[in-house]
Amino acid sequence: MQILGYGNNKTYDELFSSGKARSGLGELSKFLKSKTPAELNALRHDADLTIKSLGISFTVYSQGQNIDRAWPFDIIPRTIMRKEWDHIEKGLVQRLRALNAFIDDVYNDRKIIKDKVIPEELLETSKNYREICEGMKPAHGVWAHVCGSDIIRDSDGTVYVLEDNLRVPSGVSYMLENRNISKKVLPELFEKYSILPMDNYPAQLLDTLSSISPRPKDLPEVVVLTPGIFNSAYFEHSFLAQRMGAELVEGQDLVVGDDDCVYMKTVEGLSRVDVIYRRVDDLFLDPEVFNKDSILGVKGLMRAWKNGNVAIANAPGAGVADDKVVYTYVPAMIKYYLGEDPILPNVPSYMCSDKQQMKHVLANMENLVVKPADESGGYGMYIGPTETKRRTAEMRRQIKANPRNFIAQPIINLSTVPTLSGNAIEPRHVDLRPFILQSDRSFVTAGGLTRVALVKGSLIVNSSQGGGSKDTWIIDLPRSAR
Amino acid sequence: MLSRVAERMFWIGRYMERVESTALLLRVNTNLALDLPNSEHVWASLIDITGDEENFHKTYQLENEQNVVKFLTQGETSSIRTALKNARENARTSREIMPREAWEKINKLHHFVENNLKKPLKREGRDAFLGEVIGRCHEFTGYLAGCMSVTQAFNFMKLGRKLERADMTTRILDIGCYNLNDPKHTELADYEGLLWTSLLMSVSGHEMYRQHVDDHVNGESVADFLLRNEHFPRSVDFCLDEVFECCEQLPLSDEPQRATNLAQRRIKNSNVIDLFCSGELHWFIDEVQLDLARIHHQVETTWFTYRNHPAA
Repeated sequence: MQILGYGNNKTYDELFSSGKARSGLGELSKFLKSKTPAELNALRHDADLTIKSLGISFTVYSQGQNIDRAWPFDIIPRTIMRKEWDHIEKGLVQRLRALNAFIDDVYNDRKIIKDKVIPEELLETSKNYREICEGMKPAHGVWAHVCGSDIIRDSDGTVYVLEDNLRVPSGVSYMLENRNISKKVLPELFEKYSILPMDNYPAQLLDTLSSISPRPKDLPEVVVLTPGIFNSAYFEHSFLAQRMGAELVEGQDLVVGDDDCVYMKTVEGLSRVDVIYRRVDDLFLDPEVFNKDSILGVKGLMRAWKNGNVAIANAPGAGVADDKVVYTYVPAMIKYYLGEDPILPNVPSYMCSDKQQMKHVLANMENLVVKPADESGGYGMYIGPTETKRRTAEMRRQIKANPRNFIAQPIINLSTVPTLSGNAIEPRHVDLRPFILQSDRSFVTAGGLTRVALVKGSLIVNSSQGGGSKDTWIIDLPRSAR
Repeated sequence: MLSRVAERMFWIGRYMERVESTALLLRVNTNLALDLPNSEHVWASLIDITGDEENFHKTYQLENEQNVVKFLTQGETSSIRTALKNARENARTSREIMPREAWEKINKLHHFVENNLKKPLKREGRDAFLGEVIGRCHEFTGYLAGCMSVTQAFNFMKLGRKLERADMTTRILDIGCYNLNDPKHTELADYEGLLWTSLLMSVSGHEMYRQHVDDHVNGESVADFLLRNEHFPRSVDFCLDEVFECCEQLPLSDEPQRATNLAQRRIKNSNVIDLFCSGELHWFIDEVQLDLARIHHQVETTWFTYRNHPAA
């Protein structure tokens, strides 16, 4: 099959370097080149059929209705060599440990502020800071048990952490399904390579959740709390509940009793719940405390949590560290709490709250990405080179009005991976979202969800905006070389 | 098991059974229409079976073959397509509880029906289409029987299926009696044997009837067979026994069991042949249907609508 679009060397490709396969990846390259377009398209067709028959879907809200769409999948995997991955994995574990230490600190002693490493205003102005969480001490000092960090690679090969999703990160089920599909359509490559397995995640997640149960017994009742079928990640909620053997509950299925314990409504009567893996945002958890009109939540849930009768993962308030401005302080947190040097760098960022930096941002808007501090999923993002003058002016005005709410970053030319496009293979930009678990120990998925911008040249990988996904292979040495 | 999930399981059972029985009905009727000189009346009776005349007449005027088939394969309310959509929606929102393949089977059947909506409209493609639907329903039920643990989820699904089946059998029988006794269509009396046979076939019961009943195919024996036979899986008596067994295995089942028991006694103590001959069978079937509705109601209030806790 013809491989096109590799003329310039301005972008880092994960498979090819100057036209040749990178070390250890010769078999994959040989495989792609040896197949005819018809053969590869037949494999892709198989993959599409599998996706359809498995009902792997995500929901897009469009034109006033929810559409359940099949998940676009590209059969050519994204590869990372084991040695590099081990390094990334260490960096991710380190990061989440520091972030949890930070969250625990800000809701308790606030040492990091007293020591003037982080300015106090940062918290006062954070949308995700929850006063009600002050003084809480969740098990193991961990607030964010599940974290999805987005990592990207720049044209010089450097791997950066772009953001840490600590509220309700999603995508892990697609990561697992992608592996199932690629095992079905590319079995011969799995023969040739030693690819780290990834299906252990649900068991690890269950272990993590069980370890924070307020009632120390062998089989705590763990439930997954979903906003329901209309949520875009519902497929994943259901998938994880099934794989963990946990009940998938909605707010209406739970009730807080007079004893401030949480119960679910079963055909046998009320049954006590120990751990809630919630996929509902903080503000919808408990109408008694937060959003009064929320029908997704459970009345009294915060009361039960504060009394230590139920564990919630991620803990309410954990989102305080999921903030673009807080993000810029993560390297400092790693030094402060762990006394270590950061293993993975942040993308260089300008904080508009700093006058000098804001000046620089305003002067260089056209070459920067500007992000609101408290949004996720690419909402409200400003991408300098592609915006209209009008939007630029509007953005300038917004930054000046609320500098705390914005950070800016240089545009990173995301690395590419060969991707099937019609009758050729062409480079497409990717990022990677590994998932990190933390309780009394840490766990990182072997790889993660690789998201790919299917549109030529596009840097936007979000599924809602023309993105697809790929399987991610962490490759040990090829079997022949062992 | 969560009450909400139990309810969804129950409805998957009901809807999947409805898909199968609707397909069976259409298949047998198409076959019958080929034998009868004037088959319009037979098509109209299918709408009566669904009890959904009102919605039919919102869209169509004539109760002819084309309209009835379209209504029952893809209409908004009582069609194969709609029942399947509902089954799929219930399954999609409770996938964590079923074996993955069971969901896949419903999902694939859904795609099959969506992709072949035109097939059943003409007689040429209809039989193959309906055969495929029926076969895939069997595959689904068979898969569950072979691969799903007999858990509460299984029992709720089975409960839904058996209740739906009992209900459908009573409807089919009722319409059969009505057709043959209708003074407007006395000409059908000449085809009585044919009609009763096709009625048996629409519950896949022709061969079983032959084995259980010594008599030739006639109205009173068919009615007795479909209501009271203890061995035929689609007879009302058999379905009720299974409903009772399902209830027995579920918690807090006193009220649903009592309601089922009432229905069982009505069937077992009845003399269907007398009722048929005296023309009172229709009233009797009405009462059985009320019994079934009562069981459904007890199932709902006992397990689905939560009332045990003041806070709930």
